[in-house]
Amino acid sequence: MKFQFQDVSQMLNMGGHGFYVWSAVVVTLMIIIGLIVRPLRQHRIILNQIAQDVAREKLRKRAVGESN
Amino acid sequence: MNWAWFYRLGSPLWFYQMTTRWLPWLSLLAFVLLSAGLIWGLGFAPQDARQGNSFRIIYLHVPASFLALAGYFLMAAAGAIGLIWRIKLSYMVMKSAAPIGAALTFLALFTGAVWGKPTWGSYWVWDARITSMLILLFLYFGVLALQYAFDNEEAGNKASAVLALVGTVNIPIIYKSVDWWFTLHQPSTIKLTSAPSMHPDMFQPLLVMILGFYCFYFVSLCLFTRVEILRRERKTAWVGELAARSSNVVEEGKQ
Amino acid sequence: MKKYANNGFYAYLRRDLRLSHRRLGEAASPLIFFVMVTTLVPLGITPDPASLSVMASGIIWVFALLATMLSANGLFSGDYQDGSLEQLLISPQVLVMPVLGKITAHWLVVGLPLTIVSPLLGLMLSLPEAGYLPLMASLALGTACLSLLGAVGAALTVSLQKGGILLALVVMPLYMPVIIFGGATVQYGIDGLAWTGPLAILGAMLAATVALCPLAIAGVLRLTSIN
Repeated sequence: MKFQFQDVSQMLNMGGHGFYVWSAVVVTLMIIIGLIVRPLRQHRIILNQIAQDVAREKLRKRAVGESN
Repeated sequence: MNWAWFYRLGSPLWFYQMTTRWLPWLSLLAFVLLSAGLIWGLGFAPQDARQGNSFRIIYLHVPASFLALAGYFLMAAAGAIGLIWRIKLSYMVMKSAAPIGAALTFLALFTGAVWGKPTWGSYWVWDARITSMLILLFLYFGVLALQYAFDNEEAGNKASAVLALVGTVNIPIIYKSVDWWFTLHQPSTIKLTSAPSMHPDMFQPLLVMILGFYCFYFVSLCLFTRVEILRRERKTAWVGELAARSSNVVEEGKQ
Repeated sequence: MKKYANNGFYAYLRRDLRLSHRRLGEAASPLIFFVMVTTLVPLGITPDPASLSVMASGIIWVFALLATMLSANGLFSGDYQDGSLEQLLISPQVLVMPVLGKITAHWLVVGLPLTIVSPLLGLMLSLPEAGYLPLMASLALGTACLSLLGAVGAALTVSLQKGGILLALVVMPLYMPVIIFGGATVQYGIDGLAWTGPLAILGAMLAATVALCPLAIAGVLRLTSIN
């Protein structure tokens, strides 16, 4: 198994098909990364939202408890 | 027979805890497989006699197509399990599978188009494979649109599950019809992949990429499902504690 | 007087036909739509008979599909809005037969007129002579399939606000095999091949949809009419 290209610029060129191969690679990477990053971000956002709800609920309970 | 293990599988808490433990490892595996496969396929596999270097797109196109199709069946299976055994977690998995599958189907179409241009001269040709993949994308769109259209979550889940199942029954019919239609109009069939007659040096990196894509798919599926779990179970105690522990919200009123 | 089984099929067939008869204008709109859009083709593309005759079979089939799809929404939405769907769901009879009755009424009001009018459109679009009989045969069977499949979409979207366009989105992929074989039937006829072949496949599709769609619809209606 040997490396198929003489140097990096040849690899970028891909025998004339460089644009096609690399655009496919770039779009693939974008989609893969997107499908990981998006749920991770949503995860963080929703955890923060829930934590805020929990804190607010605790505060409300304490206020109700004090007024009794 | 004790079915308790089966119903435990349906516990969102169990799923969340299990994925918290195992997902980093699965992600590592996916990363290693994908990187290795990509570098191998792009740099070390021999180029094709007829197509030259553009054939390397196969290492992206074929795994994406496999997962696009397999993902639809997985989505439908999750829907079926949800309908039959009324397991909430199954519906959550179904909902998560939809956007991933649609994105991968789009990827399959894009890589196929970009492959077609240097190989056959045009970005788009109405051959059986591409047309079937396009219809698969439409099937995904239908399920996605139906999911988000319902106010009542239960009804929405059930409707999407039924639609996914109806689509599953239709996929072989659609594929056969399109295949027949294509051979009707184009006597010379263009084979997009000649996997059985592929040289092992070309086939091995493809195998690695397919495995890598499968691992990646499950990582993404679990990530989306975890978000859905948090969303649905937000009122429960364990989610509340989890959120309070892991976020940076300072309790108001505490000086 | 002939006695027929009391399973709701004829009852709902007659009911829907009577309802369509009361709103004749609404009932005729798919048909009028079908004829009018066909006029768009020569206006938009070309009136040249040679070019038209190549595309005629496909154009007629596509517009028949669209007309059926656009009218599918009305299958259950009217009943949903005035509460008669709920009545149907809680009534003791098996849901499958009334559903089949309604779909048959839909076909009689939409699909059958389309089939009958299609030779006229064939004339307008310079359809080759050999194409007329296969066109009518394929439309007769095909529009029935389209009504059945459209009803599945209608059942899924019955309780939704923007149900119409969502129905189209949901049902389109299911329609594609029907149009493939419907168009092929006409094309075979024009080319002088045995057009009964694809027609037989259309027949098989019709058999399958008649058997399966009402079951799916009955199941779905129970699930989705609570929104």
